[in-house]
Order: sequence, then C-alpha cells, then structure tokens
Amino acid sequence: LDSRLPLVIFLHALTPAAARDEFQEELVIRPLHSGDIYASFQFRTLWDTDFLQEGQKVSHYRLFPKSLGQVLSKFSVRELHISFSQGFWRTMQWGQPFIPSPPGAELWVWFHDTVSDVDGNWKELTNVLSGIFCASLNFIDLTNTVQPSASFKPLGLGNATDHRFLRYATLPREIVCTENLTPWKKLLPCGSKAGLAVLMKSEKLFHSSFHSQAVHIRPICQDEQCSSKAWELRQTLNVVFDLHTSGQGKKEWSLFKMFSRTLTEACPLASSSKVYVDITDNPELFELSPATPLLGQAVVLGDRRTYSVYDLSRAETFGQLRSFNLLLRDMLRPLLHAERYVAGFGLQTGEIHTVIYNNHPYRAFPVLLMDSVPWYLQLYIHTLTVTSKSRDNKPSYIHYQPAKDRHRPHLLEMLIQLPPHSMTEVTVQFERALLKWTEYTPDPNHGFYVGSSVVSALVPSMVAMRTNFTQDQPLFSSFVPVKEESSYFVRVYTEPLLVNLPTPDFSMPYNVICLTCTVVAVGYGSFYNLLTRTFQVDEPSPPLSKRLANLIRRIRGVPLLT
Amino acid sequence: MGLLSDPSRRKVLTGLLTRLNTPICIVCYLAGIVWFMGLAFEPFTLRTYMSENAMGSTMVEERFSSGERALSLAKEFDAHKRKAGGMPVEWLVKAMQSRGLEVFTQSFSRKLPFPDENKERYMVRGTNVYGILRAPRAPRTEALVITAPCSPGNTNNQAVALLLALAQYFRNQIYWAKDIIFLVNEHDLIGTQAWLEGYHHTNITGMEYSPLQGRAGSIQAALSLELSSDVITSLDLVLEGLNGQLPNLDLANLFYAFCQKLGVLCTIQGKLQRNDWDTAEGYTHAAQTMMLMVLKQACGRSWGDHGLFLRYHIEAASVRGINSFRHYKTDATTIGRLLEGMVRKLNNLLERLHQSYFFYLLPSLSRFVSIGYYMPAFGLLAVILLLRVSFPGLCHCFSVSLQPSSPGVLTVLTPVVISHLTGVALYLLPVHLQEMAVEHFPVSETEAVVLTAIAIYTAGLALPHNTQRLLSGEGTEQGWKVLKLTALLYLAVLLGCTALINFSLGFILAVTLVPITASITPHMPKALYALVMVLLSPAFTILYCVFIYQELIEAPVSVSEGWMLFLSVISQGILDHALYGSLVYPLLALFIYPCWLMFWNILFWN
Repeated sequence: LDSRLPLVIFLHALTPAAARDEFQEELVIRPLHSGDIYASFQFRTLWDTDFLQEGQKVSHYRLFPKSLGQVLSKFSVRELHISFSQGFWRTMQWGQPFIPSPPGAELWVWFHDTVSDVDGNWKELTNVLSGIFCASLNFIDLTNTVQPSASFKPLGLGNATDHRFLRYATLPREIVCTENLTPWKKLLPCGSKAGLAVLMKSEKLFHSSFHSQAVHIRPICQDEQCSSKAWELRQTLNVVFDLHTSGQGKKEWSLFKMFSRTLTEACPLASSSKVYVDITDNPELFELSPATPLLGQAVVLGDRRTYSVYDLSRAETFGQLRSFNLLLRDMLRPLLHAERYVAGFGLQTGEIHTVIYNNHPYRAFPVLLMDSVPWYLQLYIHTLTVTSKSRDNKPSYIHYQPAKDRHRPHLLEMLIQLPPHSMTEVTVQFERALLKWTEYTPDPNHGFYVGSSVVSALVPSMVAMRTNFTQDQPLFSSFVPVKEESSYFVRVYTEPLLVNLPTPDFSMPYNVICLTCTVVAVGYGSFYNLLTRTFQVDEPSPPLSKRLANLIRRIRGVPLLT
Repeated sequence: MGLLSDPSRRKVLTGLLTRLNTPICIVCYLAGIVWFMGLAFEPFTLRTYMSENAMGSTMVEERFSSGERALSLAKEFDAHKRKAGGMPVEWLVKAMQSRGLEVFTQSFSRKLPFPDENKERYMVRGTNVYGILRAPRAPRTEALVITAPCSPGNTNNQAVALLLALAQYFRNQIYWAKDIIFLVNEHDLIGTQAWLEGYHHTNITGMEYSPLQGRAGSIQAALSLELSSDVITSLDLVLEGLNGQLPNLDLANLFYAFCQKLGVLCTIQGKLQRNDWDTAEGYTHAAQTMMLMVLKQACGRSWGDHGLFLRYHIEAASVRGINSFRHYKTDATTIGRLLEGMVRKLNNLLERLHQSYFFYLLPSLSRFVSIGYYMPAFGLLAVILLLRVSFPGLCHCFSVSLQPSSPGVLTVLTPVVISHLTGVALYLLPVHLQEMAVEHFPVSETEAVVLTAIAIYTAGLALPHNTQRLLSGEGTEQGWKVLKLTALLYLAVLLGCTALINFSLGFILAVTLVPITASITPHMPKALYALVMVLLSPAFTILYCVFIYQELIEAPVSVSEGWMLFLSVISQGILDHALYGSLVYPLLALFIYPCWLMFWNILFWN
C-alpha cells in the first residue's frame, strides 16, 4: 500500500481528470428487531471515463479494478449486477435489506444496444465472471436464462427498455464461501489491508445467519447537471450475526466480537470512510462507547432513520468501538413481503403457491411478479389464478414465455394490484417431467431447485423521500434512484423451491431389474410364440416306391398302404 | 423350449399338472406357510446395516445436558395444561418464542362421521403449535420435523417438555443445514393430519383448518416422540404407517445405532431382542415379533403420528418411551442425546433417505427380511390360484363361454354385478344409514354403524339362492365353471396387487382365502362347506387377527372381550378411512368381500 500511494498522488498531479476518480467506504450497523445484528458494507468506486465513445481504448486504471474494466469494454456491458448469497433474508423478522438478493447466485446484465450477438456475449461473460469470482457461474446457460420484460430495468443512466439486451439468471444452488470472498476483496483499492475491509475475516463472516456479497456496475452522472458521465462500481457485503447463538443470550456486541478485528485506519485512498450505527429505535436505551457527537439522518426504504456517525478519516474516532446494550421493540411488519411453496404430494403433479402480503393499512399498490421456472416443471398456465381477499384479482399485465424442453425456462411476469392490508395468492399447477437418465444430477434424490421469484414494487412511503441527488448522502440510501417523493422501490425475493422429480433408483438392483426385464422381454416373445402356436404332426412324405405302390393299388381298387 | 414345442411332451407336462393338480396345490400352500414362518429364523435373515453414506461414517458427538430442566418443564407444562383444560396454546407459543423459534399456530376442526367411542370424540376442534428453528445460511429449502402429541390427561408431558428443551439446545448450535420444525399437535393423529394437509395445501379428508403462515421447504424426515414418565426403561420404535407404508429402513438403523451407542434398551413391537436364535424360545420370540409387525402392517392404520407423514414421501418413525418397571433405567438426558444424535445425522443428509429398503419385515431390530425374501411366500400361495385356473375342466369351458351366443357370459355377469352391489352397499350404507338406525333401534351411532355393517355382510350370504335363479333359470355345469374361472383370476389379481403395496394384508388374505376358493365346487356337501367358507371369510379373518394380536402382545382376551374388540376394530377401520384415507376398509368392502361372495355363489350353484 505504501508504495502505491505516492504513485496515485503523482497521477493526480498529472491528469486533472483523474482527480475525479473517487472511492468511498461505509459500514452500517443496524440492530434488528429480532435481536440480531445487521452489518452492511458498501464500497463505491467511481471511474471517470467516457464509456460512450466507441473504439476508445481504456488503459488507465486507477482505483477501478482492471479485471472488471476490461470485462466491461470487451463485452460491451452497460450494466452488471451480480450477487452471491448464502442464506435467506428473513423479511418478516429483519425488515427490508438495503440491497436485496436471492439465495445462491444472481446475475443480470444489460448489454449495449450495439451488441449483435447477445447470447454469445452472455455466454462468454458468464464464463469470464465465473473465473473472476471463483464461482460456478459457468452453469448459466440458455436453459436458465430469461429476458424479463418489466422487472429488471436499468438502474443507471440511459433509458434502455428493449429487453432483448437484458439477460437474467439465477443459480439457487450456488454455495458461497471464502473462495468467493477473496476475489471480491481484491477488487477493493485497499484490498483487505486497510479501511473497513480489515473487518472482513471469513471465519467470522461465515459464522452468521445470512451472508451476501454483491457487485453492481452501472453508468451514472458525475455531477448534478449530468455534464459528464462515469462508471460506478458498488461492492456491497451484508451480514446478519445471530446474537442468540454467539452471545449466550446477552444483547451485547462490539466490533471485535463480531469480526474479531478492530478498525485502525481508514483506507488512505478513500475520500470518505464512515461507520453508521442505527439508533432510531429508543436511542436512550443505547449506550455506545465511545460516544459520537455526529448524528445523521437518512430516509431509507420509506423510513426516516437516525444514525450515529463515526468518521474514520478523523483521528479522534480511534478510541475503540465498544459494546452497547439495547432492548427489543415490537416487530414492525414489513410493508411488502412474499413467500412461496410447493403444494400437493406425489411425484406427478404439484402446485406452486406464491403468497404476497401488502401490510400497508390503507394504500393499494401494484407489484411486478417475476417467476422463472425450469422447463422440467411443466406449468399448466391455464390453471394460473390470482386471488386477493378470496376474490379473483385480474393482473393488468401478463407476459408469459412458455418453456422449450431442454432449451429455455418458463418466464412469467405479472403486474398485480395488491389491495391494502391483504394477502394475494398466485397459484399455478405443474407436472413433473421425467428426465432422460443422463440429465439427472449426481444427487437426484436431493431434488431440483427452482429459483426465487422476484417481487418488485414501488411501495408508498411513510415519509417523503429525497429525490435530489446530493453528495453527502450516505451510500446505503442512494443505490436505487428515487423518482418521486411518495414512494420508494423495493425488491423482495421469495425462497427458492426444492422439488422432487420422479427419479429412478440408480442402484445395483435397478440395473439388475433393467437387465432382467430385457431378458424377460426377449424370452417372453419366443415363449409366447411357442405357447400360442398350434402344432401339427407333419407326416413325412412316403418313399417313392410306396407312392407308386399306392397308385397301382388305387387303380386296382384295393385299400391303400399307410 | 424343447419341452414346450414338442406336442407330445407338452401333453405329458399338462397331463402331469392336471393329474397332480391337487397335490401340487397342497404342497405349494404348505411351502408358502413354511417359507413365511422360516423368515423369522435368524440364519435366513440379513443383518441390518446403514446404507446411507451421509449418516454412516460421520459420527456425531451428543452434548445435550438439560434433561433435568426438561422434566421440571414437564411439570410446568402439566400445570398449564390443566389450567387451560387442553392444549396451553399461549404458554407454548411464549415458550417457543423465548427459545428463539419462529412460532406459528394452526387451528383446525373436524366432525367425525360418527362418534369415536375409543377416544371419546365427535366434534374435534384444536390448535397445533409449531416453531421453526431457521438454520443459519440455509435458504429454507429443506426441513426436519420433530413432533410430540399433546395428549389429554398427564400423558406425553415429558415428550413436549423434552421437545422444548431440545429446541433450546438446538437453537444455540450453528451446524444446522436444514430448518427444524418443532410441532406440538393436539388430538394426536387428527392434529397431525391437519398440519400436514395445511403444510402441503391439500385437502383429501374434508378437514377444516386455517392456512399455515410459516413454512420451511420440503420436509426430509420426521420423528415423533411419545414419553409419559420421567424415567424410561426402554424405547420402542414404531414404524408401521398408513396403508402399511413403512419408512426407509435406514431410519430404523439410525435409531438402533444410537441405542447401541448410548446403551439404551430398545425394542420393536415392545419386544426386546434375544440372542439365542438357535433355541426354540429364541425362534418363537422372533416369530412373534415378526407376526406382530405383519398384523400391524396388515390393518393399514397409522400406529403413531409418524404414519401420516409417509404419504407425503417423508420418512418418519415414532419413538415411544416405555416404563415397564425393569431395573434398567434411562433418564431424560440420555433420551435427549439420542434424539440429538438422530437429528444431527438426519441434518447431515445430502439426499432424501433412499438408499435402504422400503419393503421389509423386522423379526428384531438388528435383523430384517427384505422384499426379495418374503415375496416367494406369497408367490407360492398365489400360484395355487393360477394352477387352479389352468385346471383343464375350467380352461376348456372358458373358450366355450366366450362365444357370444352361449348363455355363459350372462350367468357370470349377474352374480359378479350383484356381489359388487352388495360390496358397495357395505361400503356406503353403514355411515349413511346411522341416523335412521339410531331412530329405530336403541343403539348409539357407533354401534349403529358397526351393526349395520355386520348386518349387510350377513345379508350378502343370502343372495345367491335368489339371484341367478331369478334371471337365468337353472344354473348349468358350465356356468359355475366360468364363474369360478373369473373369480379365481379376479382374486389372483386382487391379492397380487394388494401384496405389492401391503404384503402383510395380501399374505393374510391369501392364507385364509386361497384354500377354500381353490377347492370350491357346487358338488360338495353344502352345509359343511358353507360353514368352512364362513369361517374363512374376510370378517372372520379380522376376528382371528384380533385374537392372535392380543395373544402376541401378551394380553389374551376372553371371547366376549374379543367380540367387543372386533366391533371396535371395525369402527376404527371405518373411521381411519374417513379421517386419514386408510384404504383397507374400501378394499375389503368393495373388492375382497364381493370376490368372496362370488365363490359363495359357486357353492350354492344349482
């Protein structure tokens, strides 16, 4: 680090434009109502380069990781969102996360509209990314890729709406572990050597109830007038620590207890480095040590929250963050919540139930539901029903793309109006396909995964959202652009499904049975032939002398010889 | 091949079969019985072994230590149960919540078709309480279930308390890969049925229930716990489920392995294992254990809460604590450890339990008889029916009767249809006519149902005299042969299908039905054979099974007690069908009984 620092300063002096590359880091700690602790890291790297000019080779990488920059230019990526999560975000207990993600891996990419072979680019891109992140993204192929028409709009600049340039895929089975974390950390300008990333010790991060790491790349405006544009790279890492398991029942935590590390300095390359502690709920019951004079307010996810702010770029912060006690408060129901399950039994048919809750007391709002179901569950789309408050609820928009066996999954997108304070149930029946014997996974009796369905909505906000873009806004409240004051954007993922398909018993007796059946089938044919045929004794033809004798005898009129 | 293609040798073979038909049938029958009894002989059986790799080599360490706390919790639970006069729902919800579970309740109600006099219930209304322990970093796709029924009186308090103590202990562990659902169900099987139907959003038995709020993906395995005293002398494993379904044998192996490891006495069918297989007592013991299993499986009811899970492809077993005043005592901590070990190993599963056997009989916990070994016993009985079909006199008439001009088809069709109509009446009328019966006779609803069933059964015996005479005049010699041929084939198919699904039921029916049906003709002494036929009819089979069962569980009953038991078995069978979808009653009423009536027709053919 020390050797790199002067170089950066040198570059700053040479090229004035480079001064606009920027790095910010931030950690938000929020005690959850369930008694767990939610820690959310966000790192934002701005890369001031004119990406819109074609043919311009970009070779200067300052803070932005070169590996990703090259990927962006090679595959003409406009926007890239990738997340790896281990565990399920429990919306009912924990409220909304800052940036939601489904269990397993999720990747969605908007390509430039100049790309001619989107599928080819997509395939190569997934393979490259799987190398960069050490993940099995190479399992993404056309059988699990969809092109949602409405649910995934670009989050950055540009009004691309042609969903031919969008690709979306999830791998619900992907397991996230240290080998995914290390390359992720390497994308940071300071690596894990300084700044907030020091806290990311995999031993502790994976000893938690929920772990999610993500990379979001998008083009944004450099300033308010949008006179120049820049790439934004956001790296987020969300962890929920289970105090019940680790704290032996005590509601007490410290940075050291959570991460087995303390902070010593901010990343020297960072223009801002802050730690926020959410103290909205009963601040008088909190005891933060050391105390901080800085209090911040932010409107996030339709809720005005108060935070204690620790600025790591200031020297006086480094006393130590110690433990503080807090009490639980009654759980607030999240306004939007969804869950999903498979109904029925037996291995022939089944029914997927998606239940969406609107807990707002008096406002109805529309949600976009997106379901991508693998082809081996053959959906009976005529059985699709949407009911709210036991009445039929007709979706105002349905986009359905049927599956093609072994080529393409089902894609179902619907715009549903949720009545206030209601439960909406979407059901669709399916039949389980019988796979070819080579198509089974090595553990066929485990079942087959169906990825999470995605519910995206503009949820009415209780407080006015800030729509103007200012610099001093904390990172966690500025990811999704807010277009109107009265509502905010929320995306909720349901749990993935594990569905059993009819599975042959791939064991030795199975093989024996197959073999025996073949033998029996062959044997049966000949036996059946023998048993049903009527046999007749074939008289051997008499010798010639006898026939002659008989001929003479017939002429003579005497009895014939036998 | 040569044997069959050569007409003269074929003639010899068929001649042999024809001439020796009866001796061969007798030999087959005896061989079938002997084979079956031989299954309990230890050298003929296989030793059980753990097939599932994920559960075999990975030994787990049990650290559960709060057995004492569980027992004090049991007293607290008992107090609250008394106060609430049933299931203390609020207390349970709080207890589970304070242990860090996500808690949900489900209320259900069910009106029984007629009052259940054994359990004294008619209108059932209850609440299930369940808490879900969410596994860290697991996406809610898989779950395990531990259930304890909240029974009336002071039974099963210890089970519920141990469940809560386990929940508390499990909550503080981080190795869980599957969510764990702790379910306390009210009204035993009815509660379990309501919960399972709610969880899978099905309705197959007309239960009314409130929808479930919390789920945890597909359930991989379930354990049901029944404990009624602080100190236990042995643990009994119950495997027999609805319709004779059995869980994967690996679940039994798992239980046995942990009993061995922790030094807990374990039994199956309430019988301890003996090591002296070479003595007569040892063999008798094993044979009794196996016979008990066969009888329990044959009756097709669920012998514990676990039995209802099997329909949903969830491997499940019940563990029942027995206090039989032996010297050997096991405390609650050890039982907790046993469950901890079992659940941890199930947690290690990568796939559903599928490696080991689903069709087996257990003469003891460490020995099993697989389907390949027991099926020949049934096969030997079933082949008798086929041999009788190929009996030349029968074969010949079949080809004649197929000509449309012959009266054979009609003479056969009439008794077949009438027998089946009687079967339908036996299936439908008892439940539907109960109100009328109660109005006209001084009986309770339950008695009305059972007595109506018996009345219809008996009335069916009077049919043959009147029916075919009414339609086609005198029965011909050829007529009864065609009927017998049809009935034999029908019985063979019925028994074969039954034995594939529920071997025990198929075998027991074959043992009683085959000898008489194979030998019946109209030319026999009618009174004697009628008596024999009635004594070997399905209803009497049930009666014998009741007596044998009582004898085997060492609680022999007198004739009048046996008769009362027989009546309650019939009412339970009808109830099981209505409440849980057990198929034994419809099978007997709609198929086996009409089939038997067809043979009864043959006897009175004239």
